[in-house]
Amino acid sequence: MQKSETHSLREEVEDFLYEEAEMLDEWRLDEWAALFTEDARYVVPTTDLPEGDPDQDLVFINDDIVRLRARVKRLNSRHAHREFPRSRTRRFISNVRVRQVGDAELEVTANAQVYRFRSGEAGPFVGHYRYVLKQVDGGLKIRYRRAVLDEEAITRHGSLSIIF
Amino acid sequence: METRDLIIDDSEKGMFRFHRSCMTSKDVLKLEWKRIFDKCWLYLGHESEVENPGDYLRRNVAGRPLIFVRGENGDMRVFFNTCPHRGALVCREDEGNAKVFQCFYHAWTFNMDGELLRRPDEAGFSELADRSELGLTPPPRVDSYRGFYFVSFNRDVEDLNTYLAGAKEYIDLITDQSDAGLKVSRGTNKYSVLSNWKLLIENAMDGYHLLPVHKTYFEYVYDLVKQIPGQSPFSDWRQLGTVRPLGNGHVVVESPGLAGRTVASWNPMMGEDTREEIETIRERLVEQHGEERTHRIADTNHSLLIFPNLLINDFIFTIVRVFEPTAPGSTAATAWSLAPRDHSPNLLSQRLDNFISFLGPGGFGTPDDVEAVESCQAGLQVGEVEWCDISRGMHREALSFDELQMRAFWRQWHGHLMGLGRVNTMDPIPVGKES
Repeated sequence: MQKSETHSLREEVEDFLYEEAEMLDEWRLDEWAALFTEDARYVVPTTDLPEGDPDQDLVFINDDIVRLRARVKRLNSRHAHREFPRSRTRRFISNVRVRQVGDAELEVTANAQVYRFRSGEAGPFVGHYRYVLKQVDGGLKIRYRRAVLDEEAITRHGSLSIIF
Repeated sequence: METRDLIIDDSEKGMFRFHRSCMTSKDVLKLEWKRIFDKCWLYLGHESEVENPGDYLRRNVAGRPLIFVRGENGDMRVFFNTCPHRGALVCREDEGNAKVFQCFYHAWTFNMDGELLRRPDEAGFSELADRSELGLTPPPRVDSYRGFYFVSFNRDVEDLNTYLAGAKEYIDLITDQSDAGLKVSRGTNKYSVLSNWKLLIENAMDGYHLLPVHKTYFEYVYDLVKQIPGQSPFSDWRQLGTVRPLGNGHVVVESPGLAGRTVASWNPMMGEDTREEIETIRERLVEQHGEERTHRIADTNHSLLIFPNLLINDFIFTIVRVFEPTAPGSTAATAWSLAPRDHSPNLLSQRLDNFISFLGPGGFGTPDDVEAVESCQAGLQVGEVEWCDISRGMHREALSFDELQMRAFWRQWHGHLMGLGRVNTMDPIPVGKES
């Protein structure tokens, strides 16, 4: 009984992550931003310091909801030159694990490969995610999304111009 | 093409051009390695990165693997990262703290001052062999200025103080931000760009591109400013500021820090809770340096290029960047954030946050700069179009958004390639305008 409950929880989370991946691959970024809570954070640490703490260490990305929406607005415009014309991306999410941490909070980890293709450049960003998801109104919202790259440096694509 | 013909510096016409092979040719890059990177002082790192005795980190400078070490007595040491025995990398961890370096290949062991301590089967080696020659080798020259460490692979290079020329004044203004000294934050930007290294140098000093390329960033800032009562978006700031060649290819662009600076110019964007701390810093600066110098330290942004490939952009945050060529069309970029040691956690996080909102692989600015320079590199492959133009402002006293900063860099670059040493990097006074 316990087991099947856990199982269905993971299926629910997997569905959520696959939908998120689809939104990003299809550049439905406004919908993506709407997945986040008002107090959300999106963090990408630097490649040399996966444990980086945005308050005292240099990281690549540390968005609160205001900057996350600004990031989406930017990526939707014709003036985010690195992504205009837009790149093609394809995301593969796997190794999903779910842990209930509070009444309505889940801690989720997953592995990811995000392939990006543009201007003759091809190859994946590889890494893992750590999410804190909030269970609200029968659905899920992202409260914390930490995307950690395994690469030793950004050696492909020149920057992290897409959402990883 | 002859090296002397790579640049056209025509003050009569007010025209400065470089031949596109400067950005695409393997022969030019070979000459750059030989006459610039093997000759000049090159940035290694900041003293705060190896704080305690035994701290070390690995760093590549001009293709050489180096170890940057705080020795046992606290002295800074730099070694080539290669075992005197058979050549293996002695240090294979990016950073750490150690009492000895032990080569994993045959277990030769060195202390943090580089001396050979012991090796297996000591009796297997002649006692007559000079042991002092069996330590780790330092680069021919190592020196520092106010915490910034440089190396040179040229034994005969002029001393660092002389080399830095007018750039010292600006390193002083940046380091005088704090009595406690500056500290490099943990976390490094490391990324590769498919462009010539000089395109990145030009881009980092270029005010002309800001509005067309970084529209999305300025919109983001504008949206934030709008929400603060009584704040209006900056006006006329494009025309403000000055550019000054500093000798030896170094150059600085100075402009008013209108968006505020954590040292020590408060702005409503920084929030009421930072006001007192910033005003206290300012009072201390005035006490120490007087009003005029405090104004230069606290209210002025500096973009400083130290020839050939170190950039320090001192804004509301301070970014230190090195661009090193890996091929004519490929560059390894490294960037660090520098902040006063005595900043409160709040001010430190503001600096870091301002840094990453614009710069770095995930910022709102850097990806578009990468697009710009890679786009240039792709366009420069067209052999039929031979020249690039960086003449803006050559017919007048150049403004900060003109292109004198690039011309100053290119003039010294050309001087080194021609084997001329230090050359005049100023714009010549146009004919008929001499006083």
